[in-house]
Amino acid sequence: MTILEIKNVTKQFGGLTALSDVSFQIDEGEIRGLIGPNGAGKSTMFKNIAGFYTPTNGNILYQGKNIEGQKPHTIAELGIVRTFQETTLFQEMTVFENALVGTHIKGRTDVFSAIFGLDKNKQKAAGEKVMEVLEFMGLSDRKDQFASELPLGSQRALALSIALVSEPKIMLMDEPFAGMNPEETNHMMDLTRKVRESGITIVLVEHDMKAVMGLCHYLTVLNFGEVLAQGTPEEIRGNDKVIEAYLGGVK
Amino acid sequence: MNNKSILTRQNIFFGAIFFAIIIAMPHFLKFHHQDLLIFLTVNVLVVCSYRLVTLTGEWSLIHAVMMGVGTYTATLLFNHYDLAMWFTIPMAGLVSGLVAVLLCFPLLRMTQFYFLIGSFAAGEAIRLIWIYHVGLFGGTSGLRGVEPPILFGIDFLDPIPYYYLTLAVVTLCLILLYRIENSRVGLTLHSIHWKAPLAESVGVNAWKYRALAFILGSFFVGIAGALKVHYIGSVTPNQFGIGYMVFILIWVIVGGYNKFYGPIIGVIALTVFDESIRSFEVLRPAIYGGVLIASILFLPLGLESVPGKLKAWFGIGRTRQEPPLTDQ
Ligand SMILES: Nc1ncnc2c1ncn2[C@@H]1O[C@H](COP(=O)(O)OP(=O)(O)O)[C@@H](O)[C@H]1O
Ligand SMILES: [Mg+2]
Repeated sequence: MTILEIKNVTKQFGGLTALSDVSFQIDEGEIRGLIGPNGAGKSTMFKNIAGFYTPTNGNILYQGKNIEGQKPHTIAELGIVRTFQETTLFQEMTVFENALVGTHIKGRTDVFSAIFGLDKNKQKAAGEKVMEVLEFMGLSDRKDQFASELPLGSQRALALSIALVSEPKIMLMDEPFAGMNPEETNHMMDLTRKVRESGITIVLVEHDMKAVMGLCHYLTVLNFGEVLAQGTPEEIRGNDKVIEAYLGGVK
Repeated sequence: MNNKSILTRQNIFFGAIFFAIIIAMPHFLKFHHQDLLIFLTVNVLVVCSYRLVTLTGEWSLIHAVMMGVGTYTATLLFNHYDLAMWFTIPMAGLVSGLVAVLLCFPLLRMTQFYFLIGSFAAGEAIRLIWIYHVGLFGGTSGLRGVEPPILFGIDFLDPIPYYYLTLAVVTLCLILLYRIENSRVGLTLHSIHWKAPLAESVGVNAWKYRALAFILGSFFVGIAGALKVHYIGSVTPNQFGIGYMVFILIWVIVGGYNKFYGPIIGVIALTVFDESIRSFEVLRPAIYGGVLIASILFLPLGLESVPGKLKAWFGIGRTRQEPPLTDQ
């Protein structure tokens, strides 16, 4: 069943067309790879879906409803959460606090309850959810460390945790494997699979071909803001256009 | 969420001593200094409420004027409706908060530098209203005739009872401010400061929380405004000009805005310092300015960071910032 549909989306920045009439669909429960050379428009696509940009043209349908142009926090409430290309954390907060911010949708409270502690049960539940996810991500031992003190692999895992505790339906992951060593990559691949098994649809932007080929059920290839090809990892691997545009030197 | 952790035996001990000192204090001071003590107590609320506004990372230049909104509200309610201070104080907070609600819509479309300048312009506009609406606000010479209450035979015109009254109200407000900062709401405000897009990506409506901080900060500073006018008895638009605003900024920055108690240390230290160099007369502003520059150069994190630095100097324990906010 289609959960997310991108319909003829165009995004222009002044004279520059970052996305040009892009259409594709994502099924519920899949891990979709969105690949393409640098500057192809992958991050721009994510930002359009997550509400950080408004498409110049076209529609984005989530569970059949138009969501393009909505604010990021509204999209998050609908169940679509993005992670960021550069490691983006609340560096000055502890691991626990970082993940706790992720529980905002369920854990938020009004000033009155905050002052008089009327939200105790809610906060307790949020704390438990956080610990559950940190456990899942192998971060529970580090919960009182500052985010800035973590090694890169754990920082990535924390970024994923912040998104996960918000209990999204779709996670948009922007290059989660960048800069990881093989061991960290393997660990992250396991985590990504586990996330998907918990019922979350994943869209993955990634350059690490081992991760992409190993994880994704289906790939959409972008090049110069257009959809160049779509298919299973095997089909894409053998697609001449893709090899020329993207894998060229690698193969 | 972490109120347990602040109620350690040590904290209670030092807290008790601190309270004993501030309660005994006015009895050892001259009349002039008793006045100063009251203004200082009011200013503590001013800087702490300002810090709440800055938690989201937005610095405004309208805080002094929002205090003025509270002051004028209390003055008008007292003069026209003869309302007692018990009503004028909360009303001053509410009206300041309400004005902040209205200002949110134009002002919070801006962030950072633009917000700073926009808030200054909005503040000047409000001051112009006070100046030109002579009938209601008394123009440049302002309004007078506000009096403190008389209750149970105690005349609060006396500095000592008025000081205790101020202390009680300010302490209550500080407790509320502390509770807010250490709650989920405070966590969200902090998160917007450190990385607004990340907070938004998990559902935080950053605009709404910036507005909330601004409105709450204005509410509390409105109360400070009312407290002040019931003591000095009169109000003019110039009390809330950019000069006073700059002092608020200096107190907060010199004290250190990363911790709840930083601005409190700042306003106390600088008030005491300013008073202690009174005898230098014409040189006073120069000395004051010099100390400011030195403190910003050598203590960019504020006076609040001194104990940590000393500890690091002598190698006692770790210097890591203590975790702010929640823990479980
Ligand atoms: N905010 C922006 N303003 C102007 N140009 C942008 C902006 N964001 C992205 N671009 C441009 O859009 C194109 C696609 O960028 P991006 O989506 O980041 O590529 P990718 O993530 O595939 O490497 C690039 O040419 C980039 O320079
Ligand atoms: Mg990118």
